[in-house]
Amino acid sequence: MARRVGLEVSLACSEAVKLCNVDVVAAYPITPQTHIVEHLSELVADGHLDAEFVPVESEHSAMSACIGASAAGARTFTSTASQGLALMHEMLFIASGLRLPIVMAVANRSLSAPISIWNDHSDIMAERDVGWIQVFAENGQEVLDLTIHAYKVAEDPRVLLPVAVNLDGFILTHVIEPIEIPDQAEVDAYLPPYTPQMRLDIANPVSMGMVGVPEVYTEARKACLVALEGSYEVIKEHWEGFAQHFGRRYQPIETYQAEGAETLFVTMGSLGETCMTAVDQMREQGQSVGQVRIRLWRPFPVDDFVEAVKGAKRLVVIDRALQPGSASGPVATELKALLYDRGIEMYVANFVAGLSGRDVTRADFAAMAQRVEAAQAAGQPMTCEMWGVKE
Amino acid sequence: MADEGMQSWKTLALGCAMTEPGSSKRFNTGDWRSGRRPVTDREKCIKCGKCYILCPDMCYSPDPEAEGYYLWDSFYCKGCGICIHECPKDAISWQDEKEEDTHGAACGS
Amino acid sequence: MIEVRFHGRGGQGAVTSCELMAQAAIAEGRYAQAFPSFGPERRGAPLQAFLRISDHPIRLREKIYEPDIVVVLDPALLASGGVKEGLKPGGTLVANTSKSVAEVRGECGFDGRTAVVDATRIAVEELGVPITNTTMLGALLKAVGLVKLESLKGPLETRFGPLGEKNWKALLRAENETVIEE
Ligand code: SF4
Ligand code: SF4
Repeated sequence: MARRVGLEVSLACSEAVKLCNVDVVAAYPITPQTHIVEHLSELVADGHLDAEFVPVESEHSAMSACIGASAAGARTFTSTASQGLALMHEMLFIASGLRLPIVMAVANRSLSAPISIWNDHSDIMAERDVGWIQVFAENGQEVLDLTIHAYKVAEDPRVLLPVAVNLDGFILTHVIEPIEIPDQAEVDAYLPPYTPQMRLDIANPVSMGMVGVPEVYTEARKACLVALEGSYEVIKEHWEGFAQHFGRRYQPIETYQAEGAETLFVTMGSLGETCMTAVDQMREQGQSVGQVRIRLWRPFPVDDFVEAVKGAKRLVVIDRALQPGSASGPVATELKALLYDRGIEMYVANFVAGLSGRDVTRADFAAMAQRVEAAQAAGQPMTCEMWGVKE
Repeated sequence: MADEGMQSWKTLALGCAMTEPGSSKRFNTGDWRSGRRPVTDREKCIKCGKCYILCPDMCYSPDPEAEGYYLWDSFYCKGCGICIHECPKDAISWQDEKEEDTHGAACGS
Repeated sequence: MIEVRFHGRGGQGAVTSCELMAQAAIAEGRYAQAFPSFGPERRGAPLQAFLRISDHPIRLREKIYEPDIVVVLDPALLASGGVKEGLKPGGTLVANTSKSVAEVRGECGFDGRTAVVDATRIAVEELGVPITNTTMLGALLKAVGLVKLESLKGPLETRFGPLGEKNWKALLRAENETVIEE
């Protein structure tokens, strides 16, 4: 039987990793990810988790160790944030290129300079194109659920790709809230032990990480791309299975009061919950607003998104990261491109908000909606605006 | 680009891995040498084994017929010159490559 | 939904108070969030911790700007303006102090419902240390019955192990000695 407990979200993540019975954890501590790996090291040291905990000397080494462990056939976990994720950068491509089903929790945090330990999505947006499956959680329960689901997807022979589970630093990682923890038997019934399709094995030697000469490289990347795109169906299938096992249902794109709404907010991560409450309050005042949440960021669920927003008069896309030198934030850029491809004309307004943990409140959402409606009525584009900048 | 030597992305091994062990035996890197090859003068050689240890491509192997001396592998030697540089007795020196020597037989295969 | 802000100093246990309350509410099958002011923590530096308790799922990730209740763990913080900031006019102030309600009102400028208790003295006498996280929970529960008293027992035991019993005693004594004026 599942237990409902009050637990810090970081610890819920560690508990999920324990329930998934990982073989190797390699990590380097960095705020705000620290509690996740601290707790895992305790679980290993106290004998609650039979795994190898590798306290590496940097995040580059953490990902390298994970790649080695995964290549040897181990179920592998790591977690990082911000500069740590940036330091992993080159290894992230290798993990996906070698098709290694590593799971990583990213406790999203800003990048320096200036130094900031607080939350935004600059870290993961800089790793958008590393070929990993990327999902976003909005609360602690989702962190636990998505971590378990991540292994199910990553290790599926039809996928074999690494997965990054994103949870907002501090805003989620440091909050105690109710979490339902499934028991071991329930998780075992959903997630069987990992059976590697290929591994480093002296009895069956293979070489991984070969040179990809021009005659091969394009095809090798194509194979990864197809795997990432193909993961979409598997992700959905395993969310369906998850719902059957655990009773909680996830979708690549999720909506709230979106049906028939004129204004749709588009959010990703923990902003989603505040936005839902803001939508409730605005609806009480008679405004036609709703919300679309991007749960699956890579591969991007284009059809689901188009379906979710069709009929709306305007989108208010909230980016939690800048895309310097580009017209809009990374999420808005993506959405505008896909709408254009489908020949869908829609007014898309973009705000970059919540940088470095700056609070985005219900009042902010209401003010954004108001601003966008006025701009659209006046025929002005709202390509991108940094929200709440002190002039 | 001509598609010689190319294969469909569908037939590549998972993660572009090389699944056939020892396939480098077929890969003649000896033809990367440009016009010259290292040749050992056994009169000068003191059997120290430095060439054997330091060649980055492991082109030297113990000569089964002359203990202490080493055989050179024309199939793999890329002509980097490290052995020449490292030999303490200047026993190894460049020699012009003859046309017919360029693709030597693999050593020990 | 009830929102509570705790004021304390690093090391005094404001974050722990907050967490224990959330644990108790969750143990009752309700919903709660407990979180510190996000950032580096330093011993002795003023800090805040936040608590939401509700009978329904809490879909809110904002900070707490207009708390229903403010709990002050350190008497020295009462005079600093931050204590009454945003506190709803109909809200409650729960203060650790050896002073009277009238004196506290004068110090912090809040003239609404106020509860006082000398939590430091009780903590020193009962626990041997001036850490007021559990004593102040006694005062908070007396002032506003956010959770059932017994619901705190489990979280207290989990948190303090063999010291749970002593903390429980301190909590009950503080509850008993808390003085409330409307
Ligand atoms: S030239 Fe370089 S590759 Fe050739 S035998 Fe000498 S060290 Fe080896
Ligand atoms: S390095 Fe020179 S002396 Fe030493 S074994 Fe090789 S050829 Fe002989």
